[in-house]
Amino acid sequence: MGELKHVTLEGGASGTSGFATTKLDALLAWARKWSLFKYPFVTACCGMEFMALTSPRFDGSARFGAEAPRFSPRQSDLLWVVGTISQRQAPVLRRIYEQMMEPKWVLAFGTCASCGGFYDNYTTVPGIDKIIPCDVYVPGCPPRPEAVLDGLMLLQDKITKNATGDRRPGIVKPREDPVRDLIQLRKKSSREGEA
Amino acid sequence: MSVRVLEALKEKFGDAVVETHSQFGDDTAVVRADKWKEVCRFLRDDPAMSFDMSVDLCGVDYPDREPRFEVVLHLYSVAKRHRLRLKARIGDAEGEGAEIDTVADIWIGVNWFERETYDLMGISFKGHPDLRRILMYPEFEGHPLRKDYPANKTQPLVPYRTEEEAGVTLEKQAPFGLDEGMPFGRRAWGTDRGES
Ligand code: SF4
Repeated sequence: MGELKHVTLEGGASGTSGFATTKLDALLAWARKWSLFKYPFVTACCGMEFMALTSPRFDGSARFGAEAPRFSPRQSDLLWVVGTISQRQAPVLRRIYEQMMEPKWVLAFGTCASCGGFYDNYTTVPGIDKIIPCDVYVPGCPPRPEAVLDGLMLLQDKITKNATGDRRPGIVKPREDPVRDLIQLRKKSSREGEA
Repeated sequence: MSVRVLEALKEKFGDAVVETHSQFGDDTAVVRADKWKEVCRFLRDDPAMSFDMSVDLCGVDYPDREPRFEVVLHLYSVAKRHRLRLKARIGDAEGEGAEIDTVADIWIGVNWFERETYDLMGISFKGHPDLRRILMYPEFEGHPLRKDYPANKTQPLVPYRTEEEAGVTLEKQAPFGLDEGMPFGRRAWGTDRGES
């Protein structure tokens, strides 16, 4: 919340507003990024991880001011696309997106929502960015809650930057395969056992 | 146990039973497609058969065979506790003439299975009360589980955005690895399991 300390409410002696406008944007962005109302568009298995994320252990959205879900697109400003979007669902998703009020953001939760994942066939939209704009991609099948939190923070960054017109999507850094680490660890310990 | 069923079928329908086999306690009968309904009715109504439950109905595409398609019906008798797999072969190499009688009036549960088989495999069920697509949308052309349907061909309902509209690059791939986080993805099993 460090950004706020630069905001002054005094108009100054000159009374010019140019300076104050950018600060107002910053203030608005700050307010927006800490009060995201989410619309969970949950369609598949990633939904389970979404539940894990929002339940007490990770407390994933309340800590970031995005606790209250809104099941009306008109009242929400962050669309969570959680899971596989089939071609048949695509019109529904686009409609939901269109019904949301500006400013609005979209988070692609999981590999399926981001690029279709392994559903590389007739059923599935290969990533929601083919039909609606997407602001944050969170890879993983399903992503760990930590990755999603990372994504949420990327989005917050993006909202701050949006005041300056940066519209590039945020991408959560793909994690390392834990199996790889495990195998490495096992090899190491067996080597040590021999020595 | 249901070998007796196969015997009874052969006895009752003679030539109409094209082929039978039993393996690991599963019994299969392939019957002529024009006798499909008659056989099914017999299997349900005959007191020694009393197949009162239809477990599954599906289609199989063998592109090198003629007839090309197989309709496979799995039956179970709750009363007699025996099972049967019933098949019929239909359709020519081009996929024309893939038609068979409906059995949805014999076991009502078959209704949606026949719709699914029609939708994905393009097999028509004559006399079906409501033969519409069930999984794909009405605008979809072709039948996606036929072997001659290209595996990655999509028919989007919503036109995809162009890159100009999006203002960012829209690759088929996400901005990270295609199988990110998917240990069971396209990455070949066994060749890359972290040993490298
Ligand atoms: S990314 Fe994986 S977990 Fe998520 S919806 Fe797709 S298949 Fe399910």
